Amino acid sequence: MHNFLFGIYPYIAISVMIFGSIARYERDPFTWKSSSSQLLRRKQLIMGSILFHVGILTIFAGHFVGLLTPIWIFDALGISHSAKQILAIIAGGVAGIMMLVGGVMLFHRRWTDPRIRKTSSFADIGILALLLAQVMLGLGTIFASLQHLDGHEMTKFMSWAQGILTFEEGAADYITDVALIFKIHLTLGLTIFLLFPFTRLVHMLSVPLRYITRPGYQIVRSRRQSTTRK
Amino acid sequence: MRVRAQIGMVLNLDKCIGCHTCSVTCKNVWTSRDGVEYAWFNNVETKPGTGYPTDWENQSRWNGGWERTKRGKLQPKQGSKWRILANIFGNPDLPEIDDYYEPFDFDYDHLKSAPEMEAFPTARPRSKITGERMEKIVKGPNWEEILGGEFSKRSKDYNFEGIQKEIYGEYENTFMMYLPRLCEHCLNPTCVASCPSGAIYKREEDGIVLIDQEKCRGWRMCVSGCPYKKIYYNWESGKSEKCTFCYPRIESGNPTVCSETCVGRIRYLGVMLYDADKIEEAANAPETTDLYDAQLDVFLDPNDPAVIEAARADGVPEDWIKSAQESPVWKMARDWKIAFPLHPEYRTLPMVWYIPPLSPIQNAAEAGQIGTAGDMPDVRSLRIPVKYLANMLTAGDEEPIVTALERMLAMRAYMRSKTVDGVIDEGIAERVGLDKNLIEDMYKIMAIADYEDRFVIPTTHRELAEDALDLRGGCGFTDTNGCSTGINKGSMFGGRKKAAFTMPEGA
Repeated sequence: MHNFLFGIYPYIAISVMIFGSIARYERDPFTWKSSSSQLLRRKQLIMGSILFHVGILTIFAGHFVGLLTPIWIFDALGISHSAKQILAIIAGGVAGIMMLVGGVMLFHRRWTDPRIRKTSSFADIGILALLLAQVMLGLGTIFASLQHLDGHEMTKFMSWAQGILTFEEGAADYITDVALIFKIHLTLGLTIFLLFPFTRLVHMLSVPLRYITRPGYQIVRSRRQSTTRK
Repeated sequence: MRVRAQIGMVLNLDKCIGCHTCSVTCKNVWTSRDGVEYAWFNNVETKPGTGYPTDWENQSRWNGGWERTKRGKLQPKQGSKWRILANIFGNPDLPEIDDYYEPFDFDYDHLKSAPEMEAFPTARPRSKITGERMEKIVKGPNWEEILGGEFSKRSKDYNFEGIQKEIYGEYENTFMMYLPRLCEHCLNPTCVASCPSGAIYKREEDGIVLIDQEKCRGWRMCVSGCPYKKIYYNWESGKSEKCTFCYPRIESGNPTVCSETCVGRIRYLGVMLYDADKIEEAANAPETTDLYDAQLDVFLDPNDPAVIEAARADGVPEDWIKSAQESPVWKMARDWKIAFPLHPEYRTLPMVWYIPPLSPIQNAAEAGQIGTAGDMPDVRSLRIPVKYLANMLTAGDEEPIVTALERMLAMRAYMRSKTVDGVIDEGIAERVGLDKNLIEDMYKIMAIADYEDRFVIPTTHRELAEDALDLRGGCGFTDTNGCSTGINKGSMFGGRKKAAFTMPEGA
């Protein structure tokens, strides 16, 4: 079971995420959207959404850099495992609380406001609930981490994540003896990856950063083949 | 010079009777779907009033349109690209659906299914969003119809800027006019500039501004960017939608649905040639009162040989050039100068123009008899204040409005003297800077308004861009998703958010 959840399930989840997203983008581009409900009810959205998004993006960046940067880079930079662990606890804790507060506001709004409730799909409510559960688990791991301030526990997860991504055999073995809460957090996280293409989460792939560098201010399309911009 | 062509529209407000046929036919064709029940790509407002959505003209509240920054740069009033992106999680300038109105329907079924009771059964309203009972409808798409509501509310109208408006609340001095509104298909559209996804574009061939439904991600910045609030967020599909200028009809040389069905025959469609290189400079004129003239300078004279040559070089088809020469829009906007852009101060260079309405003489005793034989009344004594029209159509500059109204009065006086008295009085024409032939032409196009004179629309030349053989056996017009039908109900990727709302039986 351990080997399935942490050795095989990651590949299933990531594969579904990648190929599912490609399939959705190709087959159903019309469904690819952020599904904003601000028009129907502004109350609680602006503050809730900003807290939630800033929190989750910070956490995402933290996990991405923290888990996937090879350990020797931290060593070369002179960042001790202990310092990294403390940084992760503080930054992750602050961002996690932001996300939790924002997420609870959004969930409360989605659940109790009839306009939003009636226009929400099962996936809309479900994925928000899963993300909230995930952030609570994540915040819960802080208590486990406080027992291991030397950062050794954390390097296990780094080895595991990097092992999975480099197709290392037996990568699951790195995290056999970690606390149960971490294992639940990981499993739920992988499940969110799995569900990614079937929910509104896909809108994060469309973050319009290109807007900043888009030249000029007018977009013109022409049937005469060459699309001109001005 | 880079010549582009655009189908422009003029609405002769002098003849609008406020029948809403344009709105209803448009609604039946384009927005009779879930998620856009509240949206009217075309609506008719009674002015003075705050309009739909409420207070849409007040850009200090909605931050729509463009502004010229202190350093002389042109940027959307809602902010630079960075600021627009920073607001992506929560757009502070987005109206809520209550600013339009909560869509509703009635329990009609109750009228026939109600049991025998003491009181007569009534059809009560339900929200089209939640399906719940609405005890009181507080707003609708045309809430101020024919001066409905108190003057204190209606007079929040932005066009009263700089007018002592109190006297217009008195019964003796009250005035009204209709303002049909649709997407302006601007030369300098803020919605296009505001869209982070780059989903909104202007078509080079005919200037129609469209939203690519497959590229739209629902970031909703266009809704706040458009100062006319003519982009609507479809809350069911999560995409923005707007007036398409009925492009499938325009492409085949037919007028838009709103124009075709206009019973007052107030709408005109015609080709305008314009210089795409001049847009940015024109939209960035230092003073807002310069914008009307600046936009006139962007238009190119279709009879000028140099323009014709440049147009050919830029790929404007021959019949489009010919249509531009016969364009009623060109005549009204440029030759006769009786049509004006709606709120040029938004710096969007709109392409749906309006002929201001004449109105009864304010005080018959003061003005004396309405002029005969060229004794024309002062247009400043008309019931609708010139300043009010100027605030709406020329950023507050009264001179062009006065000239236009005088020319319209002159046309009436001239034709009256011709048909009633049998006298051709060229003096009337000369006094307003026109000649006999121009006045006769104005009369033909504005008063008689034959179908062929109102709509001069060349067909789109698809054959230049597409090989018909490649398209043979294709899927024709589709919604989205290529040949797939668009939303398929069983999609793994989330089809419709909810079943279409239907009235509960026997409610």
